[in-house]
Amino acid sequence: MRVSFHRSLPAAAAVFGMLVLNVNCGSTRSVKAAVKPEKDRKSAPQFSLKDAHGRAVKLSDYKGKVVLLNFWATWCGPCKIEIPWFIDFEQKFKDRGFAVLGISMDEDGWDAVKPYIEKQKVNYRVVVGSDEVADLYGGVSSLPTSFVLDRQGKIAGVHVGLVSRNVYQNEIEQLLDNKSDVQAGTGGASADAEFSAGPR
Amino acid sequence: MCKLALAALLLMPSFLPGQGNLLTVTPPPKQSAKKNTVLTTKLDVRLRPGYHVNSNTPADDYLIPLRLTWATSPLEVQQVSYPKPEMEKYEFSEKPISVFSGGFAITTRFKVPAGAAPGMMIITGKLRYQACSNKECFPPKTLEVKLPVDIVN
Repeated sequence: MRVSFHRSLPAAAAVFGMLVLNVNCGSTRSVKAAVKPEKDRKSAPQFSLKDAHGRAVKLSDYKGKVVLLNFWATWCGPCKIEIPWFIDFEQKFKDRGFAVLGISMDEDGWDAVKPYIEKQKVNYRVVVGSDEVADLYGGVSSLPTSFVLDRQGKIAGVHVGLVSRNVYQNEIEQLLDNKSDVQAGTGGASADAEFSAGPR
Repeated sequence: MCKLALAALLLMPSFLPGQGNLLTVTPPPKQSAKKNTVLTTKLDVRLRPGYHVNSNTPADDYLIPLRLTWATSPLEVQQVSYPKPEMEKYEFSEKPISVFSGGFAITTRFKVPAGAAPGMMIITGKLRYQACSNKECFPPKTLEVKLPVDIVN
């Protein structure tokens, strides 16, 4: 394993749990999966990793997009279930300013990852992760772990382990429609225009 | 009720176990073996309920097999035997996969050479595994195992 996958499943689980509670306790108007209110979102840590062609991929390249940041590995069965969903999301939402970025935690790096993503016909960008990047995101102690980022590059949702496709899709659509402020009852305005387009 | 649940969640990180104790190995007891015989040892392994490891023969090339290896020592490893795996269907698998769960034993047969020097020795093994639940997987891990053996005439 490239990453030591540290100690932070408890922390990530607690964050996730609090997000869930926030939805269930904070609102009686909606039972849909909901993103975190804008005021509670923290900026996603910046990083630069290499893609299969050796090109640097920076999180900042995605400024202005809703991003699904998915930590995964070829040996992770639950991750394999999600990949077709993410392929669909990439195709369905890319024209609305959405992108999936996969971060593989395989210790064998591209030797393991490249044939796998070719076989799965992955249509989104994949990079090979590092301990340092996993640390930035709380350690990523188990897989899959995914972060849903809003157009401002802030973490609007965290999922540790396999969740349903609908949970992701609802969150992505909320962020693309910028309805999270309505969900949270805070009001607010889109800042889409402030950011340049991403790399794709 | 929500406040109580939130308080419980805030306390949760202190109580959630890490991967460290997903799989435990009972330290093997000291064994005595005569020269020019075969020593058979069993390594007892236990997984926390709700978790599994891939068997030594997973069907998918991408899955990481359970593997017990022993460092070079005066004893010769003749055979490492794993139990019959279970074929389990999980939420994430299209078809049943070959796994171990619960408690199981891995057996090793060592040949004690006629020329082995008498006395105590520690044979070191490594158990590599990769554990998952129905919804998440943990990175591959290697546990060191120490087997005390007393060679007698």
